[in-house]
Amino acid sequence: MRKLVLAISLLALAGSAALADPIQDRQALMKERGKLAGQLSKVVKGEEDFDASAVLTTLKALQANAEKFDADRLFPAGSDKGDTTAAPKIWEDMAGFKAAADKFLANTREAVASPPGDVDGLKAQLNTIGGDCGACHQSYRIKKG
Amino acid sequence: MAWLKKLVGAVIVLGGAGAVAGWALSTPVRLDAAVVAQLGPGDAARGKRIFYAGGCTSCHAKPGSKGDARLELGGGLELKTPFGTFVPPNISQDQKDGIGAWSEDDFANAMLKGVSPSGEHFYPAFPYASYARMKPADIADLYAYMKTLPAVAGKAPGHKLSFPFNIRRGIGLWKLLFLSPNPVIALPDGTPDKVLAGRYLVEGPGHCGECHTPRDFAGGVKKAEWLAGAVAAEGSGVVPNITPGGNSIKSWSESDIANYLETGFTPDFDSVGGAMVDVQRNMALLTADDRAAIAAYLKALPAHPNGYPARKPSK
Repeated sequence: MRKLVLAISLLALAGSAALADPIQDRQALMKERGKLAGQLSKVVKGEEDFDASAVLTTLKALQANAEKFDADRLFPAGSDKGDTTAAPKIWEDMAGFKAAADKFLANTREAVASPPGDVDGLKAQLNTIGGDCGACHQSYRIKKG
Repeated sequence: MAWLKKLVGAVIVLGGAGAVAGWALSTPVRLDAAVVAQLGPGDAARGKRIFYAGGCTSCHAKPGSKGDARLELGGGLELKTPFGTFVPPNISQDQKDGIGAWSEDDFANAMLKGVSPSGEHFYPAFPYASYARMKPADIADLYAYMKTLPAVAGKAPGHKLSFPFNIRRGIGLWKLLFLSPNPVIALPDGTPDKVLAGRYLVEGPGHCGECHTPRDFAGGVKKAEWLAGAVAAEGSGVVPNITPGGNSIKSWSESDIANYLETGFTPDFDSVGGAMVDVQRNMALLTADDRAAIAAYLKALPAHPNGYPARKPSK
């Protein structure tokens, strides 16, 4: 019984530790997002051949990543401090920030719903999605050097 | 007490002479006739490229404009700097509120000398200290292109500056120190044309140094730390070091830089951010050769350590 209690409390501790650092969580999510965009970009640049099913798999992963973006959990009040490049504007304009995230989500959903048939189709989609990245980073991220 | 009278007299005379000299030195200077003669008739199609290289729309369109609205240059953005708030004016073709009534000569004097048609200095938040390096023919092409853009009615509000920066005449002295048509980086004979073309785009129309180079107390860019990165003069955070001496793009190849300017993705697939988002949008509209030239020039730059302090996480 004692062991069980100990195990449960350890699990709870581990669980809360994982939740306790939203900065790391959101950075991990963004890193994964970049990696996926990078895979698509290689195809657009002609460094890799266009393979419709591989591209769709990557687009689905990008959508899954976007679905996981929960601004309330990843950007709680107070998480503007620490090793972060999140701009104070996120908390001043949470509605605008969420709208920017939703736009990215909508565009990834659309890409999955009508997957590209060739490189040009993918290029157009990646331009739209890349534009979403830039639009959000324009206002809601600060370079700190 | 005769000595006191003499002293007072001397001070008045010297002060007066200083004021006269200051007034003379700060006189707005218009272009030489020889430069005006080189303008010639511009070509609007060619001018479109210069328009995007120059990033005119990033400051002069209404903030947040998308698509064709980026060609409506009514002004009104607020640039909050340590000197005060600068508001880019209406430079649309409106005859009354914009620059529709300007001659080509007027336009060239604004771009290359920072002088308005009425003979006043413009504030160098309008980056004529960079545009001064542009070829007269490109100015003429840009003028022709801007003639094709819509008129937007309504004046933008004025600048809100603190003393002594609110004294426009003082800019004349600033120009003596910082306004020159010469290139910043001297390149040796035999430098490839591509690098020279990149130098022109970066130092001239692209005005990259205005944000990427640290400034001294008088607001002039420190040419000894050219493109070494800087604490953002407007907004917050820092602007990266883009010489081969910084960590930001040291490891990037020329094609990485060109690709970033085209797509907005860094080699490790982070995306463009901050004020660079608008700049990249403009750079994407240049030719592939232009972007390759910019990349070649950046790789040829003298390396500098970062022009901004090391990062301290906020507490």
